[in-house]
Formats: sequence, C-alpha cells, structure tokens
Amino acid sequence: MSDLPKPIDQIQGKPAFATPLTPRRRAILVGSSRGIGAALARKLAGEGYILALLDRNAELLQAVSDEINRTYNETRAMSYAHDVTDYDSVPALLRRVIADLGGLDLFVYIAGVIYFPDINEFNFEEDRKMVEVNLLGGMAWLSQIASLFQSMKGGQIVGISSVAGDRGRVGNPGYNTSKAGLTCYLEALRNRLTRHGVQVITVKPGFVKTEMIKDVQRTPFAVTAEQAAEGIWNAIRRRKQVVYISGIWRWIMLTIQHIPSVVFRRMSF
Amino acid sequence: MGLHHRKPMNNTFTQFENFGHSLKAPSYCLHPTTSGEIHEIFHLAKKTGLTVNARGGGRSYNDAALNGGGILLDMSAMNQFLEWDPASGRVRCEPGVTLEQLWKKVLPDGWWPPVASGTMFTTLGGCLAANIHGKNNFRMGPIGEHVVEFTALLPTGAEVACSPKKNGDLYYSMISGLGMLGIFTSITMQMKKMHSGLLEVHAWPTRTLKDHLTSLEDGAPHYDYIVGWLDTINTIGHGQIHAANYLHEGEDPEAQKTIRLSYQHLPDRLFGVMPKSLLHYFLTPFANNPGWGLVNQAKYIASLRRSVFRESHAAFHFLLDYVPLWELSYGRGGLIQHQSFLPKETALHAWTEMLALAKKQGLPSYLGVTKRHRPDKFLLTHAVDGFSLALDFKVTDGNRARLHRLLQEYDRIVLANGGRFYFAKNSETSPETARTFLGEETIAKFRKLKKRCDPNGLLESDLFRRVFGG
Repeated sequence: MSDLPKPIDQIQGKPAFATPLTPRRRAILVGSSRGIGAALARKLAGEGYILALLDRNAELLQAVSDEINRTYNETRAMSYAHDVTDYDSVPALLRRVIADLGGLDLFVYIAGVIYFPDINEFNFEEDRKMVEVNLLGGMAWLSQIASLFQSMKGGQIVGISSVAGDRGRVGNPGYNTSKAGLTCYLEALRNRLTRHGVQVITVKPGFVKTEMIKDVQRTPFAVTAEQAAEGIWNAIRRRKQVVYISGIWRWIMLTIQHIPSVVFRRMSF
Repeated sequence: MGLHHRKPMNNTFTQFENFGHSLKAPSYCLHPTTSGEIHEIFHLAKKTGLTVNARGGGRSYNDAALNGGGILLDMSAMNQFLEWDPASGRVRCEPGVTLEQLWKKVLPDGWWPPVASGTMFTTLGGCLAANIHGKNNFRMGPIGEHVVEFTALLPTGAEVACSPKKNGDLYYSMISGLGMLGIFTSITMQMKKMHSGLLEVHAWPTRTLKDHLTSLEDGAPHYDYIVGWLDTINTIGHGQIHAANYLHEGEDPEAQKTIRLSYQHLPDRLFGVMPKSLLHYFLTPFANNPGWGLVNQAKYIASLRRSVFRESHAAFHFLLDYVPLWELSYGRGGLIQHQSFLPKETALHAWTEMLALAKKQGLPSYLGVTKRHRPDKFLLTHAVDGFSLALDFKVTDGNRARLHRLLQEYDRIVLANGGRFYFAKNSETSPETARTFLGEETIAKFRKLKKRCDPNGLLESDLFRRVFGG
C-alpha cells in the first residue's frame, strides 16, 4: 500500500476491512458533527474504529468524516444525514448503516439540544423540542439497537445524558426532564440487557465547552470536548456503567441529590 | 418454512464466527429449504438493499462464510439426498448435505467420496464453492473434477444446469467461485468404488525439510493418499509422512465387516473413559509456545518408528474431528491458518526462508501440514504442480501486530516464488496479493461472469469484499 495521501473521493469508498490480525470495531455515533460527538469520532477513529457518523447538519458532518479519512488515509468514517426526530426513518437507516459497516460493536447516542428559559418562563414548544431530540430520538434509536444487540448477545451502548437529569431544578425543567428520562431509559436497558451480554454505559457530563453552553455565564469544572471524549473512551474501554465527566460531578450530584426538598425548593440553584 | 417467520426486518441478528473463532460478524439468518425460497430471498435482498451469502458448515478458516450486516443463508435445511444409485456410485443431493452424511450414505454400499476435507462437517455446497482438495489432490484433483453436474440459482432468477460440457464457463467458475456467482441447488457427483472399509497406511519420519518434500514427491506416485506433518517449533524439517493405499478386492478378508458404519466410528471417549467433548479443555494449557513445542517433540519421537497399519477411512481422513471443538483450545483470539501452494521447484527454498523467519520472530506455528498437488482447470484455482504447507497460528492480543507483519512477509515470499493461496484458508490475503497470483485476466473474467450472473451485486461475502473490493 502506498503512503501517499489518496484523493478524498477515493478514500470515501467502502470502509477498511477487518481480518483476524487487523480487527476493526465498528461504531455508530448519532449526533457527531460538533462538540462531544465530533471529538469522540476523532478519538475512536484514532483507536482504529470504523465509524458511521449521523447528524442533521450534513455539511459539518461531512467535514468531520473527511478530516478523519484524510488523517488515516483510508475510510474510517462514513457520514449519513439524519434528523433524530424523524423517528420512522430509523429502522431502515440502521439496516443500511450496519450493512455498510459490516457489523456493529458500539452505539453512541449523543444528539441533544438545550434551550434556556427565563426563571419565570414556561415554554412548551422548547420543552417539547428538548424531549423530542434528547429523549424520544434516543428511544427511537436505542430500542432498535437494544433488540439487535440482544439477539447478537453482545455489544456496547453509550448514552450521553447529563448531570442535569439527576434532579429537577428551578433553572430548566424541560431539559432536566429530557435527561432524567434518558438516564432512566438507559438504566432500564442496562437491567434488561446485561443478562444478554450487552453493556450499557450512562455518561453524565457536567459543563463541556461546546456551543451548547456558549451563553452560560458560570461553568464550574468545565472540560473541553476532547477531555469529555477521552473520559467516554475510558468508560468504553473499562466497561463502566455510569460515569460523570469530570469525575468530581459524581460527588457534587450525590450531595445535590441528598439535599432535602424542604431546603432544595427554596434554593435558586 | 423458515423463511416467512424470520424476515430481516424484525431486527434479529445472529452472530456468526469463522472456524478459527478469530472473526465475528452479525447477519440476518434465513433458512431456505427450496430454490423457490432462495429466489424469494434474492427479491427481498434487492428490495432492502442487503447482500446475501450462503453458509454451509462454517468450516472455513477465514471470512468466506460470513456476511456482516447482510443476509446469511443457513443451507443446512437443504440437506436431502435426491438420488443414489449403488450400482453406478452416482449421487445427486442438495447442497447442504455434509460430507459426513455423504460417506455414511455411500460407504455401506461400497463407495467413498473421491475427495474429502480434513473435517466431515463441511457441506457439499461449501466444498464446491471453495473447490476443496484432500490428501489425494495429486491423483484425484479437487472435488470439482468429480462433479458430474450441478444446478444453481443465479441472482437473476435463472436456474442453470452446468457440467463440463453444458455451460462449461459457469461450471469451471462456480466451482471455486466462492458462492459469488449463484447458489448451488443440487449436486451430482461420482463416488469412488471401495473394496474395504480400511486403508493401508505407511508412516515414516523425515529429518529435514528437503527429505520431507522428496518423500512427498517420490512417495506420491506409489500411494492413493499422502500427507505430511511438520514440527515447525523444535527442529525444522522433523516430521512424519502418512501415505495410504486403498485395499484391492480380496486384500481385506473382513471387508463385509469393516465397510459397516459401526466400524468407521470415531470413538467418542478417550481411553474409553473421558468424553472427548471435554478434551479441548485439556489442550488449552498446551496451547502456548513451550507447551506445543513439547507436544510436537513427543509426536516426533513417537513417529521415529516406521510402521505399516490398517486404519478405517474415517479415522484416516477426518483428523480434525478427533477432538471436538479443538479450535476452542486456542483461546479468546482464536487461530488462523496460512496455507501456501508452491511449485515443486521453489517450495524448499521458500519454506526454508518462511519457517526460519517464524522461528526467529518467536511466532512458531503449532501445526504444519504438507500435501502434494497438481494443477486444475477451475477459474479461481489454488493448485500448482508442487506442494502445500498449512500453518496454524494462535492469535493473541499480544502477537497480532507481529503475526500480521510475518504473514505479509510470507505472502511476499510465496508470490516471489510463483506460489498461490487458497480462499478457504488464508484470512489475510490482500486484494493486491490475489491480483498477483490469480492474474489480471482471471480477475477480469471472474468480474465479467459476476456481472452476468449477478448484475445487481446481491451476492457478497466478507471475503468477497476483502479480496475483490465488493
């Protein structure tokens, strides 16, 4: 094989094949054009994964996969434009993606949106969007993946939830609800699937320096998307169950979860 | 019957492995029972954009019987005998019939499959697709030469009948065609007449590689079967030759008894006590370099005495079935096999270099098997006028990268010496390597036939995508 970089249209072919001596794990990343998703895509590609990247922003997504394929001079990433709220399209798209990948070892659901309501505002339209993307889109994908992995008796599922799902707070009831729902759904999947050899990881990031929080004033313990991707990779490698990113959030949230309601409902936090 | 209950739409994957347990691929598994159902599956594949591959016994060491993310046809339900004529020794059966079913059917009437693989759990469809050979390749050629006729369903929907005379181009390409041109629906084969259930086996040791190859070459004309075992861990060239002859009429006074199935039975207990199904657990502690070195040394010492003995056909042929699930003893990473076919003029030179390289790098093969071959006329043939050497390697997380480099070097040496490879065995053959040993012309011919038989590209295996780029 030549070491010269190939033109991009040649690299965008079929993915590199797996052999017993050059094994390739395969992953689907839903929501990977920016932020944590794009960083995780780069990380997994570096670990030799073959990736199917999905996002509604086709242009940004293509740029991510082009960059990965150029870096490794072979097809390690394929991109698919997809809106997670188009629930009905999931089964057919999944079938096509797995056929293109030639199998599946890892599924990561990253897609998420956030709106910031005022402290006295209730905005059902925005709440609905958050629940549709963060929770229902996740359930549309995860339910398909769960049944596939169950039949394969193996596989890893990663859901990117949030520390925001650990407690309903004054700031953003809709977002809290969407992430609490996702956390709960992932836990239920873990309880259903562990007995079938499938591993489910719930990732709960605190603040990650992505576009999502660009308007947020105070972001304690914030990490970069690359640091978050590193944390997620460690969780995948070590087959963890629930991880906070960064780790300090485990203790912060443990404390917050134990604040008695009589106090918590008077707090502005 | 199985078809309608398990459409690929219902999100049910089955995880399949290769024989060496070194690859995994999930597929939608369907179980056709008739060619009509295979036809329906082609329609389904076209509609859903999925590809189809047929799987027989799953005894290939590589990815020939895998189709990750696509449809895999479990052909085991198409395992009926359609005709058997004990007078002429001609059998017609469905492709899912295994070699075990076949010899058990024909032996009591005094016949034996003309060509047999080292395991009896292969299916005839798979045997034809890979065009397997046995320990008598130098005499009887590959299995394809004993196929009188076959019928196959093409993805176009046409069902074709092929023999050397009729549709000869398809006959010589679908046999050896890796199941990529169509799916066999019936196979007619000529069996070989037997006068005994026994073979007369001659065993003698070899001390050097040169000695070994000379033994194979000089011995072959005098025997019906010949096979060698090489110790590649301790002293390269230490080995043993097993050569066998059929018994002629009258040579076996108890022919009526030895030809019975009960006489051919491989014992299922070791020393009459330990169930052999557990034996692979006891091999596991030896499946490392010093352990296997010890086993090989012991085997060589035991082989130093020349001997002549009589052995049942099943015991002589199906060595791989002696220890059920032996391949599991290689552990989590499984095993791979590298088999190279070299012309008789260059074999010694190439294998001396290859075996020394393995030894130098501390990557010894645990099992080395040699055979004598002759060329054949099939399109994707692996045969040469020379010898083959099959080397088993244990795969671990620690040796993967080094083993990969070693086998790349092996492929280079084999190509430089005019050698070829076998698509049922090697899992690391690159498209470039295949192009070199098959030749551009052969590949162009294969692609042209592929386009004619399968214009929509419905038939694909992991092997096809790997070697022919899909």
